Amino acid sequence: MAQTLYDKLWDAHLVEQREDGTALIYIDRHLLHEVTSPQAFEGLTLAQRGLWRRSANLAVPDHNVSTLASERADGLAALPDAVSRLQLQTLDDNCAAFNVVEIPLDDIRQGIVHVMGPEQGAVLPGMTVVCGDSHTSTHGAAGALAHGIGTSEVEHVLATQCLIQRKMKNFRVEVTGQLAPGVTGKDIALAVIGRIGTAGGTGYALEFMGSAIRSLTMEGRMTLCNMAIEAGARCGLVAVDDVTLDYFRGKPLAPEGEQWEAAEQWWRTLRSDEEAVFDSTIVLDGNEIAPHVTWGTSPEMVASVHGEVPRLADMPDETAKQGLARALDYMGLTEGMPIQDIRPDAVFIGSCTNSRIEDLRDAAAVLNGKRIAPSVRKALVVPGSGLVKAQAELEGLDKIFLDAGMEWREPGCSMCLAMNADRLLPGERCASTSNRNFEGRQGSGGRTHLVSPAMAAAAAIAGHFVPVAASADGGGEEALA
Amino acid sequence: MRAFTRLDGLVAPMDRANVDTDLMVPKQFLKSIKRSGFGPNLFDDLRYLDEGEPGMDHTQRPLNPDFPLNFERYHGASILLTRENFGCGSSREHAAWAMEDFGFRCVIAPSFADIFCSNALKNGILPIALAADQVEALFTLLYANEGLRLTVDLASCSIQLPDGALWSFSVDAFRRDCLLKGLDDIGLTLQSAEAIRQFEQQHEARFPWLFRDITL
Ligand code: SF4
Repeated sequence: MAQTLYDKLWDAHLVEQREDGTALIYIDRHLLHEVTSPQAFEGLTLAQRGLWRRSANLAVPDHNVSTLASERADGLAALPDAVSRLQLQTLDDNCAAFNVVEIPLDDIRQGIVHVMGPEQGAVLPGMTVVCGDSHTSTHGAAGALAHGIGTSEVEHVLATQCLIQRKMKNFRVEVTGQLAPGVTGKDIALAVIGRIGTAGGTGYALEFMGSAIRSLTMEGRMTLCNMAIEAGARCGLVAVDDVTLDYFRGKPLAPEGEQWEAAEQWWRTLRSDEEAVFDSTIVLDGNEIAPHVTWGTSPEMVASVHGEVPRLADMPDETAKQGLARALDYMGLTEGMPIQDIRPDAVFIGSCTNSRIEDLRDAAAVLNGKRIAPSVRKALVVPGSGLVKAQAELEGLDKIFLDAGMEWREPGCSMCLAMNADRLLPGERCASTSNRNFEGRQGSGGRTHLVSPAMAAAAAIAGHFVPVAASADGGGEEALA
Repeated sequence: MRAFTRLDGLVAPMDRANVDTDLMVPKQFLKSIKRSGFGPNLFDDLRYLDEGEPGMDHTQRPLNPDFPLNFERYHGASILLTRENFGCGSSREHAAWAMEDFGFRCVIAPSFADIFCSNALKNGILPIALAADQVEALFTLLYANEGLRLTVDLASCSIQLPDGALWSFSVDAFRRDCLLKGLDDIGLTLQSAEAIRQFEQQHEARFPWLFRDITL
């Protein structure tokens, strides 16, 4: 029978199908970080349980780390925030006690868990990948079945190497045509969420396909799958092709020689069969997708940069009207105002959505030789990993950011969730390349507008949102060529 | 896990859609390495007028008088009535821990986000999805009647309203069983240890590269 990519990955990892509809699914790779793992390790200790398969696990500190070089220079023990330090120390201690491999804070490979994973080849096509973080969906870009889990499930995976799951439904998101210059995977993600809503993917595995997706780089696909969770889907998927194989060839933990050959043979089967049946389908015309900007407090509150903030009178029902009124109030916007009249006073380029080398190149191409507007009081560029940072510095991108008047930081989650000192003040408005614009996400009272790196850079220069192609010479992607 | 069989509880409203886990437990509290003590920080940004930080004495903080959970009439509530897509966003289980620590054992909404739903069930909290018009009717009832209580019976999957009406709901059979017995998932899965081991051997033979030791 014709199968979807999700069906194939599910079948290859099915340990036990139970009568009640649940199944035991085998987990190939488990990524850990400091925030959602301490209680899981504690649970194991209390129950006197060990790890099922030690080598499946890989840990890295990222969520709660300082991004200031000065604070990190003297290592973990010298971090000024005592509460954060204890959490980071706990990760080190747990990894040592359970013999889990950890990339420590001062290692050049340290970074946001979802940037580090593929970069090291710790994530590979065909794997099942979990992590106590909802943006684990990122790794679906590799043709891996990857999703976020809660802390109880972290403990469950550590102890059993399995998850208790119910099979999800299949959702096909086809993006036809080709993206215009300056339009990125981020804009596809926002366009899809704008179309199906933040709950539209609940219960589904989203597979992205079509010519516009095939033309995305691996990094663009990661950005897209990263945001599948913002459409309510635990996982996003992209079929394996040459782009995938080229990306993983030579990665430190990727197979080599004969094993690579064998792997490639299986990986090449990782796509939905022609006749595969999906439970839901949407088709978007890639040629028509414009750069997107969120205006509200949920990723589905999004519009084209050429559009405007919706009006109360246009809302279909009372709940929607109340939601809009609350969002407008929180965001300090008025109904019907043009998106391009929104003026950010902060810019954040980073997060597991958009902190990879291509993202930084996109932003730098727009910023090259320019300065950020005086009204932009805070502008952070936070590379996704130490390796991304080193590569960017090799290319001189750090200079472009610094010359533009932005800060160049050490890797970590930073102002994506503002657990550390990188946060917005109440009322501050930010053009952010992260993935969530929830109330208070980037700091209590902070206002977040989600955009692509090139759009964030363009807004930084102009002092308000502008279509990226109009601000960069020839537009984001083209400017790179 | 605490078993859930029958709950006769006071209902409180959270009258908005898309309540996300950031709102339920703001990130600054995720620095804790404990599983308990998150109750005082449930909906922290909405509940208090000042900005909360870990380590504060929450009993001394100024409460937001306009936030329903602070209303006298909802004190002691164990059932939360809310709108669609409850628990969306981050996978943080702290959200479920905070709900439990606060005293909520049941959440009623038209729909839930996947990860929150599974986290809740693992912490003895029952998420009940009802039709949108039923939820609407409950909101009307709640606002009109101070002290509204509902009786939730998991064995029969029913909610009893004050007028005696019985509404049924559905819940995953496996999860229902775990909740009724207060069963721990890990213990259950380890009963299949032999099947896991066998699968693992075949899996390794087929995909040996997945079993390489990580050396950095
Ligand atoms: S960058 Fe943001 S979304 Fe990504 S893992 Fe870190 S906190 Fe989560």
